[in-house]
Amino acid sequence: MSSRTVAKRGFNLDYMMWLFMRLSALGLYLVGLIGLTAAFIMGARTQTDISTVVRWMFFPNPSHVVSSDIVNLDGFINSFWQVMQMLAVFFGVTHGINGLRIVVEDFISSGWGRPLWRGFIFITWLFILLVAVYVVLAS
Amino acid sequence: MALNRKVSFFTGLKYQGGGPMWAWILHRLSGLAMVFFVGSHIIAGFLTQQFGSDVGIAINTVYENWIFQLVLFFLVIFHAINGLRVTILDLWPALLEHQREAIWLQWLAFIPLYGLILFAVIKSALGM
Repeated sequence: MSSRTVAKRGFNLDYMMWLFMRLSALGLYLVGLIGLTAAFIMGARTQTDISTVVRWMFFPNPSHVVSSDIVNLDGFINSFWQVMQMLAVFFGVTHGINGLRIVVEDFISSGWGRPLWRGFIFITWLFILLVAVYVVLAS
Repeated sequence: MALNRKVSFFTGLKYQGGGPMWAWILHRLSGLAMVFFVGSHIIAGFLTQQFGSDVGIAINTVYENWIFQLVLFFLVIFHAINGLRVTILDLWPALLEHQREAIWLQWLAFIPLYGLILFAVIKSALGM
């Protein structure tokens, strides 16, 4: 068994994804902090419990906080929060699926298995991304 | 020289990487688990929203179980803090000199955050 083929140095897919993993992590922190701040404002009147705050922080979608004691969500259903949801979905799903690709390609290094797995992982990425975007637009 | 990858499982177990090795293993396992759990949570949300599906509700019932939540929050918070450590060390390589201290710092940040979640989840599980 030969060792894994390593991409050439320079600006290629592996480098781009390496950078993306770091930047999307920072991006998710930013989206989460914006959501956390808003959730404190949102729940201040009723002293909302921590689970509602955390749910809004992870994914700022109105249906994500549906079973809580928030008085009025109207100010939080708008295009700004849709953009935040899209960012959370895009960064989160792409980060996760690329992580899956990295783990798989560490073990499957040669032959036809690799393009097959790549295709499967790409389709999974596209599928989950589209489903999540549908949920964002339909809620 | 190529890296030798012909290492048996038991030889691999003898590798004594210490803290960074365990952080790496936990980061991978928690990442894979989150891809699976969050992926199925997204699908379940879609099914529930669009069709009021029993399958979606069943998946989310497991997802909202308090024991599952404790495990999931462990994975999420560990992955988030460990990932921040990796990001900081990678983008500012001068700090690599203190990488072992960074792991201690990481657990120092983990304990109060997970403690808060532990408190909240168990409190709501007891119906308080």
